Amino acid sequence: MINFLQELLSYEFMRNALLAGVIVSAACGVVGTLVVLNRIVFISGGIAHAAYGGVGIAYFLGLNPVWGAVGFSLLSSLAMGYVHRKEKGRADTIIGVMWALGMALGIIFVSLSPGYKADLMSYLFGSILAVSAADLWLMVVIAVVVLAFVLVFYRLLLAISFDETFSTVRNVPVGLLSMAMIVLIGLTVVISMRVVGLILVIALLTIPPAIANLFVRDMRGIMILSTGLSLLFTISGLLISYALNLPSGAVIILVASLAYGAAAAFRQISARRRLKKEAPNGKNGFELIR
Amino acid sequence: MEENSEAPVISLRNVWAGYDLDTVLEDVSFDLHPRDYVGLIGPNGGGKTTLIKVILGLVPPRSGSVSVMGASAQEGRKHIGYVPQLQVSDKAFPINVWDVVSMGRIKPGFASLRLNSEDRQRVEEALRQTGMLELSKRSINEISGGQRQRVYIARALAAQPRILLLDEPTASVDPQASVQLYDLLAKLNQEISILLISHDMTAVSAYVKTIGCINRRLVYHRDKSVSEDMLQIGYECPVDLIAHGVPHRVLPAHDHDGERLE
Repeated sequence: MINFLQELLSYEFMRNALLAGVIVSAACGVVGTLVVLNRIVFISGGIAHAAYGGVGIAYFLGLNPVWGAVGFSLLSSLAMGYVHRKEKGRADTIIGVMWALGMALGIIFVSLSPGYKADLMSYLFGSILAVSAADLWLMVVIAVVVLAFVLVFYRLLLAISFDETFSTVRNVPVGLLSMAMIVLIGLTVVISMRVVGLILVIALLTIPPAIANLFVRDMRGIMILSTGLSLLFTISGLLISYALNLPSGAVIILVASLAYGAAAAFRQISARRRLKKEAPNGKNGFELIR
Repeated sequence: MEENSEAPVISLRNVWAGYDLDTVLEDVSFDLHPRDYVGLIGPNGGGKTTLIKVILGLVPPRSGSVSVMGASAQEGRKHIGYVPQLQVSDKAFPINVWDVVSMGRIKPGFASLRLNSEDRQRVEEALRQTGMLELSKRSINEISGGQRQRVYIARALAAQPRILLLDEPTASVDPQASVQLYDLLAKLNQEISILLISHDMTAVSAYVKTIGCINRRLVYHRDKSVSEDMLQIGYECPVDLIAHGVPHRVLPAHDHDGERLE
């Protein structure tokens, strides 16, 4: 085992991969918590998929696809955030259209570009082992921006997540903050793209906070625990994929999904057991089923 | 009811409001004075929620004017302690009592990124006033509906409001807890004006100082009795009240099993 790890760490690509895993976990744990608590998973999926349009266009123009993804995910998070706030009734339809449109643009521009395109798959499905030093720098910078924002505005983000109306009455700039929150999702998508890919990002954003929410009852705690869980899934998935020679992004998500299933089952069983124990005298037994 | 010469804390003048083609409030005029304790009752769909939104500056009136503490609703609403109706979905949110109440200390703009010691003191004070201090570390999904309602009142009080605005405060609270809630409101009313909106006539009428009716139009005479014109706006509850005997009669809590959320 030790030898296996030593062997792994002797490769630069492996060290980069582990570092990328740490950065992604921090961003996904923190931003994913906001996504889950605000129930904007659908928007996150939309931003992630629409970002492929940027990858395709940048590739067509001969630019770095990462910058295309940055541009497109910022653009689509602003657009989807606007729709989410202004079109309460039809927001999910319009976001669904943008989701597919971005994807379609990407596919068209990629097919218009000449040459060998196998590496473009890595933007869709991730390739953590191909993370370069330049990628890492960009990821670090974005992650610092994202985490600093959440740290500074934590209290207000908590307030608008819990009760938007009350926050509005207290004259908190709710619209501005919730747009900023959606932009944070866009930035996190870009960071995670190299690790799990645009299609699978949504799982890394939602699964760790969903598990953490089963065990911890405050937002800060969920953020911290989901960062840890995300790190666990990323690194164990990476090692498993390396040992079994399977695609890393997919294995990371598989590990996370299995853990979610196990955690939910555990929670169900322990709640039922507690209910049985307390039901005879505690009238609030039902509260425990969650 | 004696005349109150002090300037009203909330004043609506000929307010019309609605959504799209739908007019919900028609020509509503209403004053809330210092230390008033007004219960407005009306059927569901009668414009209760819209009236609250107009007062809070969340829905602009189509015509007419709204003023809160002599300013516009958006400016004056900082003096309103808003206590929303309990939502089932609130329970799913991972947050404890203390953190909910400390939201009452949020100041406009980006000014409240951290709690200072005065904020903490006010939060503690509000928790003590509502009897929730011992439960301040509890998660809000671990407390009863009545306790959650107290937490929302504490959150409103933490802002040191001049006015309390309550939306269906006992809708999901069991009868015993709602009696305690009204006791608390009566105590708070010594310093704070209270406007309470509900569809539950029997619950409200026993505790408030004056009563009004709202069903698109608003009828309010700064009085406790239900008048002829209240009946005319077509709400069955006043009929109920009169059928129970004298209009002024203070009704004991009936068998109104408020639908519980749990």
